[in-house]
Amino acid sequence: MTATDRTPPPPVDLARRNGYFDPPPRMGFFTDTSVCIGCKACEVACKEWNHVPEDGLDLLGMSMDNTGMLGANSWRHVAFVEQRRPGTAGPEEQTLAVEARLRAAPRGGSELGTTPLPTAPGGAVADLGMPTVGRPGDGTGAETRTDFRWLMESDVCKHCTEAGCLDVCPTGALFRTEFGTVVVQQDICNGCGYCVSGCPYGVIDRRPHDGRAQKCTLCYDRLKGGLTPACAKACPTESIQFGPLDELRERADRRLAELHGQGVAEAELYGRDPDDGVGGHGSLFLLLDVPEVYGLPPAPVVPTRSAPQIWRRVGAAAAAFALAGIGAFASAAFGDHP
Amino acid sequence: MTGDRPPGPDAPSYYGRPVLKTPVWEWKIAAYLFTGGLAAGTAVVAAGADLVRAPRLRRGCWLGSFAALLASVGLLVGDLGRPERFHHMLRVAKPTSPMSVGTWILTAFGPGVGAAAVSELVPARWRSSWPARLLRGLARALGLASAATAPGVATYTAALLSQTAVPGWHEVREELPFLFAGSAAASGGGFGMLTAPPAEARPARVFAAAGAGGELLASRLMERRMGLIREVYEHGTVARRRRASEVLTAAGLAGTVLLAGRSRAGAAASGIALLTGSALQRFGVFEAGVESTRDPRYTVVPQRERLDAARRGSAVGDDVGRPAR
Ligand code: SF4
Repeated sequence: MTATDRTPPPPVDLARRNGYFDPPPRMGFFTDTSVCIGCKACEVACKEWNHVPEDGLDLLGMSMDNTGMLGANSWRHVAFVEQRRPGTAGPEEQTLAVEARLRAAPRGGSELGTTPLPTAPGGAVADLGMPTVGRPGDGTGAETRTDFRWLMESDVCKHCTEAGCLDVCPTGALFRTEFGTVVVQQDICNGCGYCVSGCPYGVIDRRPHDGRAQKCTLCYDRLKGGLTPACAKACPTESIQFGPLDELRERADRRLAELHGQGVAEAELYGRDPDDGVGGHGSLFLLLDVPEVYGLPPAPVVPTRSAPQIWRRVGAAAAAFALAGIGAFASAAFGDHP
Repeated sequence: MTGDRPPGPDAPSYYGRPVLKTPVWEWKIAAYLFTGGLAAGTAVVAAGADLVRAPRLRRGCWLGSFAALLASVGLLVGDLGRPERFHHMLRVAKPTSPMSVGTWILTAFGPGVGAAAVSELVPARWRSSWPARLLRGLARALGLASAATAPGVATYTAALLSQTAVPGWHEVREELPFLFAGSAAASGGGFGMLTAPPAEARPARVFAAAGAGGELLASRLMERRMGLIREVYEHGTVARRRRASEVLTAAGLAGTVLLAGRSRAGAAASGIALLTGSALQRFGVFEAGVESTRDPRYTVVPQRERLDAARRGSAVGDDVGRPAR
């Protein structure tokens, strides 16, 4: 099984190692957030093509983001961060206003992308101020412009080389396709929910009422027909690029060098490194800040890597349990008590 | 929960939104952790009682084990998003999935417990008939086989919780199997003390005492080794449940050693204390995991520390993290 290997195989071998004889190259996304304009065409195209139902219509107060998170009913999610300087989250007052509502939600806000948040008691809405038109510093000259910037990032399932969701799935519903992607077979999934906690990125979730786990399929049906996934097709700026993974990795490296050359020192690749905790992503990202600013985990590790350690401890505990049982009755059998 | 975030390091986040999805598992899974452990613990006591010829202890514990097993199956199936597809668990055997491993352990465990319990239910006037005697012999062999798989039933649930991205479960993976094994033995022994007269229940007392002692010790060790996740375990409902569990388990242990051999009432009270303590421990641990996913810091801070350490070239904090190259 690929999943437990410490050194992940090169991209093409992934499908082969999963039993495909003559697989196509491993396919993926490269999401270059530096050219994202936040139009959400990807979110819409994904919903339309994949018949992804509504995830709640709400104003979240997260800048222009009213989706909030990936989930069972949001397979692409565009994050928006209004930022005064790199390395900080959005303006503090904004975060505080949003966070209180998230904390009060039944799943701490992680239901976003799947179900809406409950409406605030009494319908109270936090006042974030009136939106203004125009760029900061306009009308006064460039010298008074602030460091304000707007980050946008279209998030998606990472299609991990070592996928936590796939490893823990007890029915075989989650499987590795010939394209090296990770897909849920809807006729098999029985909604046990293990994948939801197995994913270190908070991507996959169970759809209420439907009861099955849902996430991005990298448009498996379109790929089989030789088509580009819906989101990449709809993206007007080529922020979402689709192609064979080794090509995308080269493209990502080139783009990173280009941005670094232009003085954008904070640009970094996310999921590019095949030696990272999940063996690298099938969908790479170019970010303009640390991952956590976008709500991404900075260095996740697939829980499967702990399995040998965990089972060793389980074995020891089981042995202790058995010994206690045997000891208890041996003492009764050989002792003077009945 | 709301507003009473424990103090600790701050980390940049996306509007404070969680990074992980909170588990979709409900209270049913927490309850199953208890009933599964109880089914395993009582099966060991019942099979042992069969061997040392303690009929009332045997009878009570086989029936208890079967009831706990039925409850477990009900809880597990009930928590599925598609309960009518529960048997899809049986279409693969997958070592990377603790849930699959657990399914097969339970499949091996269940039939023997069922046979033993049914044989206990045969009315007295039919016991000497040949079908009843055949059933008895069969139940005895199958029951012993079930007891042999019981240690797996009692402990695999620790792997089930720990092999997730949930910080509150993953970070305590070293101690959790021992905590759960202790908790299962304490509840199984406690149940035996509750159902059989003290003269017969001595092995149940020894088993319960060993389990309760193990549970208390594992709990302490776990707390001592916790990193940031300590905040979750030491706050709110989680902390209250686990404190209550500790008090009840310690009281049950004392009662088991001092009273339960002499008085039936003392044995029953100690048994109930141990059972309640075990259940509260399971709910406490379960809720700690859920709680730990609600705040992004428990995910982000340890990862950031490990990443920064790796970039500085110093020792990587987690041996299962980035491969040391
Ligand atoms: S673990 Fe999460 S990010 Fe990785 S393939 Fe599964 S759902 Fe996608």
